[in-house]
Amino acid sequence: MFKRLIVVLVLLGVLVSACATPPTAVPATEAAPTEAPATEAPTVEPVEPFRIAVIMPSAITDMAFSQSMYSALIAVQTEMGGESALEIKYSEGMFKVPDAAAAIRDYASQGFNVVIAHGSQYGASVQEIAVDFPNVTFAWGTDVNTFGMPNVFAYTAAAEQGGYINGVLAAMLTKTKTIGVTGPVEVGDAKTYVDGFVQGVASVDPAIKVSKTWTGSFSDVALMTEAAKTHIAAGADILTGSSQSVVGSIGAAKDNGSVLWFGTQQNQSSLAPTLVVASQVYDWSGMIKEIIANNKAGTLGGQAYVLQLKNDGLKIVFNPDYALSAEIKAAGEKAIADIIAGTITVNP
Amino acid sequence: MNDVFQLSVVAGILTSAIRLATPYLYAAIGEAFSQRSGVVNLGVDGIMLISAYASFYIVLNTGSIWLGLLAAIVVGLLMGLLMAFISVTLKAEQGISGIGLYMFGLGLSSLLFKTTIGTVKTVTGFQPVKIPLLGDIPVVGEIFFQHSLLVYGAFLLVPLAWFVLEKTTWGLKNKSVGQNPAAADSLGVNVDRVRYVSVCIGAILAGIAGASLSISLLNLFQDNLTAGQGFIAVALVYFGGWKPVGILWGALLFSTVNAFQLWMQVLGVKIPSDVAIMLPYLLTIAALAITINRVRQPAALNKPFERGES
Repeated sequence: MFKRLIVVLVLLGVLVSACATPPTAVPATEAAPTEAPATEAPTVEPVEPFRIAVIMPSAITDMAFSQSMYSALIAVQTEMGGESALEIKYSEGMFKVPDAAAAIRDYASQGFNVVIAHGSQYGASVQEIAVDFPNVTFAWGTDVNTFGMPNVFAYTAAAEQGGYINGVLAAMLTKTKTIGVTGPVEVGDAKTYVDGFVQGVASVDPAIKVSKTWTGSFSDVALMTEAAKTHIAAGADILTGSSQSVVGSIGAAKDNGSVLWFGTQQNQSSLAPTLVVASQVYDWSGMIKEIIANNKAGTLGGQAYVLQLKNDGLKIVFNPDYALSAEIKAAGEKAIADIIAGTITVNP
Repeated sequence: MNDVFQLSVVAGILTSAIRLATPYLYAAIGEAFSQRSGVVNLGVDGIMLISAYASFYIVLNTGSIWLGLLAAIVVGLLMGLLMAFISVTLKAEQGISGIGLYMFGLGLSSLLFKTTIGTVKTVTGFQPVKIPLLGDIPVVGEIFFQHSLLVYGAFLLVPLAWFVLEKTTWGLKNKSVGQNPAAADSLGVNVDRVRYVSVCIGAILAGIAGASLSISLLNLFQDNLTAGQGFIAVALVYFGGWKPVGILWGALLFSTVNAFQLWMQVLGVKIPSDVAIMLPYLLTIAALAITINRVRQPAALNKPFERGES
């Protein structure tokens, strides 16, 4: 009997320690500000900070989707004057939708002004929970569906635009005329990015072969790595891909040493400084500021935001450590200008 | 479709398959040691994760791949001692404690990764080593003899594990405490000690499995790097009938089909990617159903041993 008791205690200990750490995080992890909040200005009257909570599928350090949102929130926080002006709480690693739904409900009931559900898999949960909290703004993406609710914003990224630019650049750089795309799951911005990329390549040279693989997972780094190695073995000298698992593809490119990489979602140059040519970067900060302004003005939802090249939500960041020829860079910049001007349309 | 049958493609598929099978081989053979002594360790994935982290951290900071491997072994051993303490000494329900161990490994590796490394980085891990002469054979050399040391190690482990489990006195003790611990005990075999050693060997191999990902095949660490490979390894033990050679076939079947579907996608064979992704799982289940294993699982699997009971 006594032994059973010990067992129960040990197990509880193990479970508690597991639960207390990020992947199954309880929705109360403190966000660490990157910069010290402005501590001067004692004359300013203490105001209640604006409160935003965000639920993310992967880690805030994933070099991709979740990190793009987290960085944007921190940037907005710094701009607004630190934690006293904008309070940010986040739950990361919420791959499991039921866990995420519980966290969304929790945050809403804790009186956050805005709850961001950062993943297209959270849509049904938002639709269900938003009804119960008419005074809380919910934002979710990537999607454009606000469910016709007055307190739901939707957001997405026109990933095909940056995909197109990356495709134009890649087509001008490939020597083997073979390009590999390592995709996760054929949905959302992963799919639209790849669609845009293929169109970009074809606009330069329709004879270039673009091979696509899908691993069926956003997080399976091992399979993603093997997919990238397969592309390389099949003759690809340029790779691209989407999701947090592409760190595996970049690793494979780096192991090979001469295969180039085009990034999306986040600036991925630091992972392979000599091999990353350019990255499409999602900048959600403009959208976050609009949501805050709308919320303060009493508009709690009902709109969809789309990150685009023309509203600065999407940026093409060239890697300064990769010596891209002026001619190719100019072609890329011309394509950016054409998309912004509307003379090139990219179909998702 | 004709592309699929070109020699270079077949070679590519087999080369990929051998790489992909590596972590499964270490983890599943390790689990076989544990299960043959009567202890199901469902925490394999957690051990892989925390060892993958530990070895990556050491290589990142010291640059020494051997110290990295040592770290994976030491961490694996510690996790094994923990599992053995809970399931052998405290006689806890093995399924539950294994899941606890998995969650512990998953959580701790993510926490440590975030606090000590912070973001995704890459290292130079074990590099492919071309074996002299053999590596020069056309096609065959490329498929089998141009891998990293940890890949060779996984395949050498198969005969080694077979020898230890089937041909040594200790192997017999390991089997006896898994089949009939009371009988083994009456013959003077220290059941708890054999189980401790077996669980620890299994955990050390799970640790090396983790290192084979983070400092050999992928050369990076990320949250939940294994994405459930440890659980597939546990399934492979059943598939392989608790025998190293059976596990080898299971691991090769699974990884060959996986490599095959990746190649089909790269070559643009017109099948939906969802179907391609399902293939390895479907075929493994089919193979399992067709070759119904006559081997019975260890009789005392999942049963704590208490002297004087039953």
